[in-house]
Amino acid sequence: MNWTWFHKLGSPKWFYQWASKWATKCVLAGLALLLIGIIWGLVFAPADYQQGNSFRIIYIHVPVAMLAQSCYLAMGIAGFVALIWQMKLAPVFIKSVAVVGAIMAFIALLSGAIWGKPTWGTWWVWDARLTSVLVLFLLYMGVIAIQNALDDQVFADKAVAVVSLVGVINLPIIKYSVEWWNTLHQPATFKLTEKPAMPAEMWLPLLFSALGLYLFAAGISMWRMQLEILQRERKSKWVKQEVMADGI
Amino acid sequence: MAFDSLADMIQMGTHGVYVWSTYGISVMALGGLCLGTLRARAQLKRQLKKRYQRELSR
Repeated sequence: MNWTWFHKLGSPKWFYQWASKWATKCVLAGLALLLIGIIWGLVFAPADYQQGNSFRIIYIHVPVAMLAQSCYLAMGIAGFVALIWQMKLAPVFIKSVAVVGAIMAFIALLSGAIWGKPTWGTWWVWDARLTSVLVLFLLYMGVIAIQNALDDQVFADKAVAVVSLVGVINLPIIKYSVEWWNTLHQPATFKLTEKPAMPAEMWLPLLFSALGLYLFAAGISMWRMQLEILQRERKSKWVKQEVMADGI
Repeated sequence: MAFDSLADMIQMGTHGVYVWSTYGISVMALGGLCLGTLRARAQLKRQLKKRYQRELSR
């Protein structure tokens, strides 16, 4: 197997230039898909026969909840890579994605609360699903706080890698919380192995908004990683050349 | 269209306030993340450029 891509990933310069090519494209394509999915879901999809129109919150709630979990899983893997191989880019990835994931978890909690009011009659209950997602949000805030509080960058990177890796335990708890415990939150709407229980005109817009949000988050994360790379490599020659050539 | 009129779409029965506020908050949070990231990146580039130019003139 050819491992050159893995070694290239270790080089901040290579990644910076690769991200310059792709980040903006990802954000724009993501926004376009997101817009299509949300307008489709808000205006054209039929109302739910039980929930009425409040179910339209699904077109943002489910994508942000997926992203909040995916971001943390990616951070956990990066934490492992950072601790084992000391790859330079891994802590940069963790620090950058933590902010994106925190925003996603925040929107997931808020949109869930607003959806809960007309559906369950309450904004919040301490059931397993809601609580485990709150823990996820707090883990993100912890990672961000560690990075902000510690001046020793090497130590902060290590601490954050450990928190990312250990916090992954929370992910299966979130996923199976609706099956292991008797929660107010409903079980998963979609399973990979089964046909969706919704008609296509309801789940297709969700597919668009979910894909769009993944692309959007990927592009934003690349931007944030570029920011972090510039900051960390500011004394190197290539950053000097890159910044001086930039028309800002 | 799932609605008969614009007013119908805004009201969504009794659920309009929940649905639209959710999307309003989401747009603000995601938009803030996007613009905040762009602004921070541009600001750092300007700062670094100034510093490099000072070094050059020394």
